[in-house]
Amino acid sequence: MNFTFDGMDLTGRPGDSLASALVRADVRIVNRSFKYHRPRGLWGAWVEEPNAIVDVTLNGIRTPNCRATTTPLLAGMKVESVNSALIARCDPMAVLDRFARFIPAAFYYKTFLWPSWRLFEPTIRKMAGLGRMDGALGFAPEAPQRHDGAGVLVIGAGPAGLQAALDAANAGQDVLLVDDRDTPGGSLIDRAEAVDGQSAADWSTAMIAALSAAGGRYLPATTAFGAYDHGMFLLAERRRFPLPPALIRLRADRVILASGAIERPLTFIDNDRPGVMSLHAGLSYLNRHATLPGKHIAILSTAEAEPAARQLRAAGASVEVIEAGEGRAEVGAVHWRSGHLRGLTLRDGRRIDCDTVLASGGWTPAVHLHSQTGGKLDWREDIQAYVPRADRPKIITIGAAAGTYATDDARAEAALAAKGNRPTIRTDLPVRKAWPRLGQSSRAWVDFQNDVTVKDVELAGRENMRSVEHLKRYTTLGMANDQGKIANMAGLATMAAIRQVPISQVGTTTFRPPFDPVSLATLAGPRREARFSPPKRLALEAVHRTAGATFREYGGWLRPTVYTDIRAEVRAAREHVTLFDASPLGKIDVYGPDAARFLDFIYYNTMGTLKPGRARYGFLLTEGGIVLDDGILFRLTDNHFSVSCSSSHVDQVANILDLWRQDQFDPSRVFIQDATPHWATLTLAGPKARALMARLDFGIPLDETSMPHLSIVQKDGMRIARVSFTGDCSYEISVRATHAATLWHRIVTAGRNFGLALQGVEALAILRMEKGLIFVGRDTDGTTMPHDLGFPAPRDKKQAEFVGKRSLFTQTANRSDRMQLVGLSCDGAALPVGGHVLAKGASDSQGYVTSAAYSPTLAKPIALALIAGGLSRMGEAVEVYHLGQRRTATICPACFVDPEWERLNA
Amino acid sequence: MQVFPCPFCGPRSEPEFLFVTEMGKTRPEPAASVSAEVWAAYLHHVQNLKGEVAEVWQHIPCGQLYLMRRDSTTMEVMGVQSLRNGDAL
Repeated sequence: MNFTFDGMDLTGRPGDSLASALVRADVRIVNRSFKYHRPRGLWGAWVEEPNAIVDVTLNGIRTPNCRATTTPLLAGMKVESVNSALIARCDPMAVLDRFARFIPAAFYYKTFLWPSWRLFEPTIRKMAGLGRMDGALGFAPEAPQRHDGAGVLVIGAGPAGLQAALDAANAGQDVLLVDDRDTPGGSLIDRAEAVDGQSAADWSTAMIAALSAAGGRYLPATTAFGAYDHGMFLLAERRRFPLPPALIRLRADRVILASGAIERPLTFIDNDRPGVMSLHAGLSYLNRHATLPGKHIAILSTAEAEPAARQLRAAGASVEVIEAGEGRAEVGAVHWRSGHLRGLTLRDGRRIDCDTVLASGGWTPAVHLHSQTGGKLDWREDIQAYVPRADRPKIITIGAAAGTYATDDARAEAALAAKGNRPTIRTDLPVRKAWPRLGQSSRAWVDFQNDVTVKDVELAGRENMRSVEHLKRYTTLGMANDQGKIANMAGLATMAAIRQVPISQVGTTTFRPPFDPVSLATLAGPRREARFSPPKRLALEAVHRTAGATFREYGGWLRPTVYTDIRAEVRAAREHVTLFDASPLGKIDVYGPDAARFLDFIYYNTMGTLKPGRARYGFLLTEGGIVLDDGILFRLTDNHFSVSCSSSHVDQVANILDLWRQDQFDPSRVFIQDATPHWATLTLAGPKARALMARLDFGIPLDETSMPHLSIVQKDGMRIARVSFTGDCSYEISVRATHAATLWHRIVTAGRNFGLALQGVEALAILRMEKGLIFVGRDTDGTTMPHDLGFPAPRDKKQAEFVGKRSLFTQTANRSDRMQLVGLSCDGAALPVGGHVLAKGASDSQGYVTSAAYSPTLAKPIALALIAGGLSRMGEAVEVYHLGQRRTATICPACFVDPEWERLNA
Repeated sequence: MQVFPCPFCGPRSEPEFLFVTEMGKTRPEPAASVSAEVWAAYLHHVQNLKGEVAEVWQHIPCGQLYLMRRDSTTMEVMGVQSLRNGDAL
């Protein structure tokens, strides 16, 4: 299988990962380090790998930031290292390494203070980040998501997990076994360890067959990356490269965590040189991929390593085993020349020639999922590791994840855990301490991926960043996409040594999901593009499209923006009559014997006195007195009202009504139903609206006495209301949504003789602005009270209790410099929305423009603004500042057309 | 994601629920006789206790308010009670 790496043509075998193919091809330098651009090789063989991050292009699709150890090799892949200015084996940026002492940990935090962040920012920005995006690529392919559940979730299909899953399934439990490898066996396969007289692969395969026969399920290639409340786990199931993994949300009654352990490095000077590899990874390349990591190998290990050495020798390597750790050998220098490892010199002076160092600094149990749920850890001195405390009622941790490294002991624990018992077995497989040496003049690496050295940790200690959480943020130790899987323990141990306390007193940083990086496409699933927030659709959408409307989303609804020309539509509404689809307007029905009393409490305005067949404009407030919504309340009968709230606030208002109903009223005497989607509403507005209504002949009297402004009539399943959001005489005709098209065509046909024009939302926005009618949330903000909008009467007069009442009388509510709604008039172009209002010649903002447009009716620009003390500043000349431009404007009442409201009844 | 029991609909996923208020708050009335301090406490003071808490929640699909007793550290739900009748909490 042919592929390229940084331009080199290479060959791998089926079943290879990118990493094993690079090992097979003897490519030693696979990347450059993040900060110093030092050459880096493979350290690991699976999720712990910190260095080998690559961009992969396959069939023209570029996928950035793939981890070479977990990415399968496919023929034709073009693989590029992510962190080299050119290619990994030759990087001009490597010169940075020579200036390392000028860019220590946290140096860029210090540039915030001195000399200037701006000086460094462009360079740092350029150097930050890993892989390169393909600019041409749009959305990643979609990832499916599904939900699942299990009686027992077993995480990890190594010896412990396999045994636990099978025993639990045999006992009749509903078992799901998940494992991030394609094939079962875990570390048994890496070590080629025989079990019960069978090879690792044969035993593992047989266990899966038995699990399946017992009714258990097995999900390979699936990473349990997050543990959440109430037994919820998130799993990522790999799919064919480069498709993003599928997401599984799974709830388990109980969990057996058998997630294994991760080998950690030895921290010596230049321990990051290519050719220094994890011992376990070296075995993994040999046993999984039949390739040797080197020909002349030195093993440096804090535990027994002879079995590993025998396997490597049998495969043809020369191997020297050096016992490392406390009281044993320590590396003094790494010899590295011309891109190749040449050997080591130990502190006792011994020189070892080798091309590869396989190092083991001990094991760190993979406790992530236990800790993510809030589980505590206990320090075990004998194995120099944190292990899970038995404090999670529904999670039992077994095997290497619990510090039980010996296979037989792990299986014995599994048998207990399968029955729901907590194991008490403690394996006696001690490792020698091997923590970083302090005070060295050269650099030894703690975190390979983020280039954090022992000296950086010492610097953090000197600068009093001694808490592990501070250490992490200050040095970026453990902050890379491997989240310190191999680095954290050495960092903690270094800080413990600096503080001269035991490691157990230093603690760990907080474990948070995900255990392993997850594609955003996996998390997004189908909620993307049009489906991220699907707009609500009008019953008449097709009719509007036929009529030539363009559409935009307004408050969650896809609505006609304009049909022909916004200004022409405004003029038609002032001179003739327009037809507007107002269907999204709220229609929340409130019924029941206590409905009137309820609405009196809900509304700022007095509503109980409203007569059946009449309507009133009013505000809904929050308990803080802030205007939440405005709208018309209709009283249909004594015990039946309809709340016509803003289109975009319907769901919110309906729910708030329901909360107050249940909290303050007898819920069997008031009922609330949001009927908005059942109705379609068409609005006729303009001086010829009444004449057109007469022509349409709905069989209702239209004279001022029978149907004045703010009234409503029900007739033949229709609701016809006289209200106005344009200032001209208007009728809202509501019918069942299924009858909307019939009504629309009837109006359009009848309207031909009246100069009827279709009107979109943008024209309405200008028409209402000309009248100073507000959009709550646009012309109001989180401080606006009704008296700021020129509606002080209920505040002064309403005796009854209502929502938000007390808040209208606080010190703040009484201030004279409150932000109040006013108009702004000016010459020239329309004012900028959001522009700041300044007193003449001053520079402090006293308010801002909330709405602005050119008024076709007045042939001049108009604007609404919230201005401090604005209602008492009529006629004052102010300046409007926006993006460096100053404009002059005059404060005026927030009503530009027909201030006497004579057109309403014209 | 937590699972909450709605007294009317049974166990449902957390996104279906809305926290409304801590239990035991009453609305001070009438406005004219409520001091600024009392009103401010009603609006803004929450106990946010660590451990066992009693709260009013709403199950959004059915709209009903109910009382829920739960542990704010372990996230364990101890019990729920309808506001409409006196089931044992």
